[in-house]
Amino acid sequence: MPLDQTFAGRTWPPTDTYLVGREKIREFARAIGATEAEYHDPEAARALGYPDVVAPPTFPVTITMSANRQVVNDPALGLDYTRVVHGEQRFAYTRPLVAGDEVVCVNTVDEITTRGGHWFITIRTEVRTEAGEPIVTAWSKLVQRGEGS
Amino acid sequence: MSDALQPQTFRVTRADLVRYAGASGDFNPIHWSERVATGVGLPGVIAHGMFTMALVGRAVTAWAGTGDTVKEFFVRFSRPVPVPDTDEGTEVVVTATVKEVTEDGDTRLALTATCNGDKVLSLAQALVGKR
Repeated sequence: MPLDQTFAGRTWPPTDTYLVGREKIREFARAIGATEAEYHDPEAARALGYPDVVAPPTFPVTITMSANRQVVNDPALGLDYTRVVHGEQRFAYTRPLVAGDEVVCVNTVDEITTRGGHWFITIRTEVRTEAGEPIVTAWSKLVQRGEGS
Repeated sequence: MSDALQPQTFRVTRADLVRYAGASGDFNPIHWSERVATGVGLPGVIAHGMFTMALVGRAVTAWAGTGDTVKEFFVRFSRPVPVPDTDEGTEVVVTATVKEVTEDGDTRLALTATCNGDKVLSLAQALVGKR
């Protein structure tokens, strides 16, 4: 099914506030097998200059993937999620997420393209504090595979 | 940044995928149901792309050491990582070479990840520098 290309360039209102939890960071770090002390021990994180435990580099996707539902679940976009695979992922960090951060996500569709029966959508998600301090920007490129592929 | 960028090997089992699904909130059944995975034309249950990226992130932070942090991180998922339902599962091997040192003193690493000898990422890179 073709995607509605008028979605390209659109920005959505900020998502509801997400409170980054210390136990959520620890749970995520355990799930990826990351044992660095700054992910688990607030004292070790403070020694590096952070107020609480620090999130591993790919942790923001746990927040942005759910924020992206604002875009991908809109029936008007026409995305068939059963045919979607993850094409590319990019992060640009101002700083790591830290337990206690209260953040909102702002989604923008950067690009929608099609090639060889496949559709590609790049969603840019800016993760910032409620006060507007930028923390990390994530770009997720999703591929809707063509029929019969 | 470590001078010797020794390749790093990570074992991945079905249990790891189940745990990652819970921790990340990504419950797509292609990462835990053989029936659904083969039904959509995959060779079997595959790892979450973001789980593979997380393993690459572990390698990068290990090479970087505690004094440095990841400033940019990019991967293209070029091939799935099939995870058989065995005790051994599969292995992902991550390698890096220094691509450039920027004017700010940050290091750009070119990264590869392979599974069964196949490259599962392309154009992967990370920019690492002082916190």
